[in-house]
Amino acid sequence: MKLGLDIGSTTVKCVVLDDDNKLIYSTYERHFSQITEKIAELLNRVRGEIKGVEQAQVALSGSAGMGVAQDCGIDFVQEVYATRVAANTFIPGTDVVIELGGEDAKILFLTNGLEVRMNGTCAGGTGAFIDQMATLLNVPLEELDDLAKQYEKTYTIASRCGVFAKTDIQPLLNQGARKSDIAESIFNAVVGQTVAGLAQGREIEGQVVYLGGPLTFMSELRACFDRTLGVKGICPENSLYYVACGAALCAENTIDFDEVTEKVKHYRGSGNFAFNRPLFESREDYEAFCARHAKADVTQKELEGYTGRAYIGMDAGSTTVKGVVLNDSGELLYSKYMPSTGNPVEIIKAFLEEVYAKNPSLNVVSSAVTGYGEDIIKNAFNADYGIVETIAHFTAAKYFMPDVEFIIDIGGQDIKCFKIHNGAIDNIFLNEACSSGCGSFLQTFANALGYEIDEFSKLGLFAERPVDLGSRCTVFMNSSVKQAQKDGATIEDISAGLSLSVVKNALYKVIRASSPDELGKRIVVQGGTFLNDAVLRAFEMEMGTQVVRPNIAGLMGAYGAALYARKKSHGEGKSKLADADELKSFVHEIKVTNCGLCSNNCRLTINSFGGGRRFIAGNRCERPVTKKAPSSDLNMYAYKLKLLEDYKPVEGLRGKLGIPMGLNMFELYPFWYRFFTELKFEVFKSPFSSRKLYQRGQQTIPSDTVCFPAKLMHGHVQTLIDDGAETIFYPCLSYNFDEHLGDNHYNCPVVAYYPEVIKNNMKDIRKVNFIKEYFGIHRPKDFPKKAYERLSFYFPDLTLNEVRVAAKKAYEEYELYRDKVQAKGDEIIAAAAKQGKRIFVLAGRPYHIDPEINHGIDKLISGFGVAIVSEDVVSSRVSPFRTHVLNQWTYHSRLYAAAKYVTMRKDMELVQLVSFGCGVDAITTDEVREILESKNKIYTQIKIDEITNLGAVKIRIRSLLAAIEND
Amino acid sequence: MAELKYDKKTGRLLFTKQMKREGYTILMPNMAPIHFRILRSVFQSFGYNCELLETTGPEIAQTGLKYVHNDTCYPALLVIGQFIHALQSGAYDVRKTALMITQTGGGCRASNYIFLLRKALKKAGLEFVPVISLSFGMEKNSGFSLTIPLIRRFVGGLVYGDQLMLLSNQIKPYEVNKGETMALVERWSDRVSSMLIEGRGYTLEEVDENLHKLTKDFSKIEVNRTPKVKVGVVGEIYVKYSKMANNGLEEFLAEQDCEVCLPGLMGFASFKVDNRIEDYKMFGGNRIKYEFCKRLLDYVTKLETLMIEAAERFNFVPPHCYAHTKELVKGVIGYGSKMGEGWLLTAEMLELAENGYENIVCTQPFGCLPNHINGKGAIRKIKEVMPNANIVTIDYDPGAPKVNQENRIKLMLAVGREELKKRTEDKSTENT
Repeated sequence: MKLGLDIGSTTVKCVVLDDDNKLIYSTYERHFSQITEKIAELLNRVRGEIKGVEQAQVALSGSAGMGVAQDCGIDFVQEVYATRVAANTFIPGTDVVIELGGEDAKILFLTNGLEVRMNGTCAGGTGAFIDQMATLLNVPLEELDDLAKQYEKTYTIASRCGVFAKTDIQPLLNQGARKSDIAESIFNAVVGQTVAGLAQGREIEGQVVYLGGPLTFMSELRACFDRTLGVKGICPENSLYYVACGAALCAENTIDFDEVTEKVKHYRGSGNFAFNRPLFESREDYEAFCARHAKADVTQKELEGYTGRAYIGMDAGSTTVKGVVLNDSGELLYSKYMPSTGNPVEIIKAFLEEVYAKNPSLNVVSSAVTGYGEDIIKNAFNADYGIVETIAHFTAAKYFMPDVEFIIDIGGQDIKCFKIHNGAIDNIFLNEACSSGCGSFLQTFANALGYEIDEFSKLGLFAERPVDLGSRCTVFMNSSVKQAQKDGATIEDISAGLSLSVVKNALYKVIRASSPDELGKRIVVQGGTFLNDAVLRAFEMEMGTQVVRPNIAGLMGAYGAALYARKKSHGEGKSKLADADELKSFVHEIKVTNCGLCSNNCRLTINSFGGGRRFIAGNRCERPVTKKAPSSDLNMYAYKLKLLEDYKPVEGLRGKLGIPMGLNMFELYPFWYRFFTELKFEVFKSPFSSRKLYQRGQQTIPSDTVCFPAKLMHGHVQTLIDDGAETIFYPCLSYNFDEHLGDNHYNCPVVAYYPEVIKNNMKDIRKVNFIKEYFGIHRPKDFPKKAYERLSFYFPDLTLNEVRVAAKKAYEEYELYRDKVQAKGDEIIAAAAKQGKRIFVLAGRPYHIDPEINHGIDKLISGFGVAIVSEDVVSSRVSPFRTHVLNQWTYHSRLYAAAKYVTMRKDMELVQLVSFGCGVDAITTDEVREILESKNKIYTQIKIDEITNLGAVKIRIRSLLAAIEND
Repeated sequence: MAELKYDKKTGRLLFTKQMKREGYTILMPNMAPIHFRILRSVFQSFGYNCELLETTGPEIAQTGLKYVHNDTCYPALLVIGQFIHALQSGAYDVRKTALMITQTGGGCRASNYIFLLRKALKKAGLEFVPVISLSFGMEKNSGFSLTIPLIRRFVGGLVYGDQLMLLSNQIKPYEVNKGETMALVERWSDRVSSMLIEGRGYTLEEVDENLHKLTKDFSKIEVNRTPKVKVGVVGEIYVKYSKMANNGLEEFLAEQDCEVCLPGLMGFASFKVDNRIEDYKMFGGNRIKYEFCKRLLDYVTKLETLMIEAAERFNFVPPHCYAHTKELVKGVIGYGSKMGEGWLLTAEMLELAENGYENIVCTQPFGCLPNHINGKGAIRKIKEVMPNANIVTIDYDPGAPKVNQENRIKLMLAVGREELKKRTEDKSTENT
């Protein structure tokens, strides 16, 4: 008889196998992080139920069981290894096992060279991820599967980590997308994540076995895998217990049950964990603290029977919807704080109905709406004004502290911070998709540990040793919390630790402050998360200063919107906002369709509200709304794309040579095109990126943390192969052209050497003549000879003379291309200056003009009537200068130069595009910021990845525009 | 107190002769303990009052996070965090302290560490602390120069460090008397340190003699050779060696009853010199520099040969010579891939697999750019060339929990143990 235990991140499984390896006992339970108690309980139970189990050999497996096993004298078996042993025993002939657990995703290749893959530390949980998504959709887990079965369409949801996916799903919900479609999209994201993140170029084929909770309980998820992989996988009996069975199969030693249960029961971690000072030393401290904060108060008045002028403010946020009604003096007549269950329209409708029910003759003078759902709410209910969140919050904060210097708002999903300088917003910090663990982050943990959020955060107030958890995203935090628990931290310590972590995240990751002085002394904190006393205290402690938290901290967006409406209306007129009668006949219909007006082919959600009012969501430009193409006249990004299209293939006797259109090729294509065309190749490029193209190469990406532009290269090369290229040319380039702007002229390691990754990871590359040689384009004199040496290996009939001539033409073509770009840039700047338009330098890398990479951000910005130039247009307008960093990469030198130039012009602003995972930009962003801020320019950074939430980008751009207009 | 002088062109704070004279404490990060202890003696012998930072603990990463961009690589966070933490600790007279940090000048982010350090110092209000770049001519300081005699002793120190690390790794897991190996490492570290301080022990002849004696001493340690899982560790150089960065990886592997092999620093030194030679061959350039680098590489190769010969003489597994390691990577990654650890990282994995250390931990800071290419990006190909290679890649950063990392390593070890068991069983059936 053998006994196996599997201690997962959320559940415990226990099995007993008889001598023929038949399962005679099994149990599966959630442990709510009470791991040791649960083990002791299970061991006792199994002892009562199975005779003779004391003689069984015992082993333990599972990620959360490692420490316990070691300290209690039970043999430990690594869980993937256990799965493998079980699969080989129970289903011989299995080729691939796909197992999803609470937090792990694994693929095991059992035949043709054993390989085991687990998700990296970045790629978020899977079971936990699905849990989170179900919570977000507000449906029980079981229902998610049923919903998914009824899907009609799928949306693209980032398959990186839960936080990312959340930012994709929330806007979809706000835009009224169907839950069934979202459910299916979530499953697709999980599949994409598993396949792209773990297969790493190895094909999943043959006999596939699905294991683990999510795949056992959700048949649609299995169906999704089947469809994507083109296989018919099986989910065997006892699929939940494979790890436990594997552990049992590996078990070699018996244990003394009494001794082990005793040890397990008394198992305490080492007690060694880093911790902080307690939040409060005593009850008195806490009471004094509460009394101090009670002072920032808004007076509450009665809505019923109120006859004066009223102003309504609404804030349709990501996880909550807020509404307020104010009187003339800014006093609160009514307010409501409602969790967003997905569709903000219904919630706002209910809010308005309530208001009208309480006061049927209410004289609404004006109304305004803000937040993620601003557009849809404004359209649905005819609100008078829509304002960007940042301005709404600033307006509200000023009411409490007219000379406020810094506002920090931590909401359910966003962190918004603004620095106020001379009464205007001077600097904006928004959390990037990666670190958005905020209010909902605490919520998730509270729930996971079996508490309500209020109760949970209160636990931390008097914790003796608040755990130091650092500042990390939710996924990492999960494991850190587990570790702390193992080390003996109490639930109180963890609660306090998480509150501290929220604060540290905001301070050090979002604001990037190093000392309180940077933020100023006059600070207003707001957002629902600050209603939590533990978080507020942690913030004051970390900052070493006292701050103001209004009692309506959670309502500030709506309050600011109402104040804004009051100001704009000057107390006159009548609001257009839907009245009680209009609400009665209110309808909301949702239709999903594809736009089809341009190559982006955005997936549109069309909301109709009766009376001809409709709202379109999901569009990147205004074309489906206005039916007019966005003007690309003053958009350098559009021009550059057009220029590249102009290089058409010319038939040549040396055959077809394909060049993948990605990374540095966005700028070097003219060079190589001319070079090889002169050498009589028919040079063609892969098409501009698209989602489909990306997916064609997705399975061969070896590193899931490399930047998206690099990942796209796999799709480009695959497309070239499929399109019949005989030769693919993708050279390694350590150095770029020297533009004499910096100390050196390197390419970044990824741009320089990505061809090596393509060669080593794409199976089909062997079908073509793949040239990834190293070239030195930075040395025009040596280039022909060296290029000839390299190329004659592939094309022995080439002559040095031919190469010389071609090289000369290539350098000329490159110059010509740069001149064209420069000329067009100058033209745009001149035209904009003449028309009095603002000019944005949309600064990034050459490849950021790829619409699949920039997600149409250029079009979005030009939609605001702003002219767009790229960094290289203005970088040549300044002479070299000293930076505070080693200025050694060609593309990055341009950024510094461009920033410098922008500081010299009143009509220019700089917006930096940063690809997620770009290590070099960790250096450039700080330096660009410094250059801009030294001359009082606002620095705006937009992080982009595979998927980007344009809603957040819009907020940034609108805030920036609002801030400069106020200047 | 020494006057603060700034470079005229760049405005950089200089480390002056006067500072050296006044005995400024020069703080150095402790990347590889055995090596750096000896190297410190080298610097001391030239009148630099160097001190190795031995501090550890979570405050260091916390300090780093506070003063450096959080997306910067982990080694930068740690090294800079450790410096600032030390300066703020009150243990040093900050007005009489300087910092020393290496700068390779490659296309990787690491060349920027020194600038990030200066930015951080400024942020912490410590901008008056001079920073010395340990590099070949990237930044000059009147109070510090890498003279030929210093370089020779420095390289000598590297050789001893490498040999001590190699031998102790091969002996320690099997020693009969616990602690004997490390005691010998200690003794020999002291011995070579004092030699270098006295200006001896770095010529080829002396190195040869010392290596012989040293290796012989290690061969005398009583061992019990039971089969153990042999694990090689490669990766970004700081994370690979530094206990603080890799969460005590070597100790963990020792606890798991493994024999560990860490390729030495000499390979890295050869690689960095060789890059200049390859650059010249690939793109053209300055012939004189090329010739100089070739000589330098020859010299390093000679020293390397001495190490290999000494190891072989006493039946240790010697490291491959650089030229062979380089040959191994042909067709896998081009020699032009030179940023960070470049192709050497890939080559070391191949070398380890060939040398019987087929279980490999590839360590990297989270988001390490060159490792996308040479680490994770090359593993598929490595397994094609060396099907026995059993590789796990581990990312390190301030938030990566140790428990996850260890779990992944355990998986690799489970597969390694299975192989080992198979092999020992095969052997015993052969014998019967």
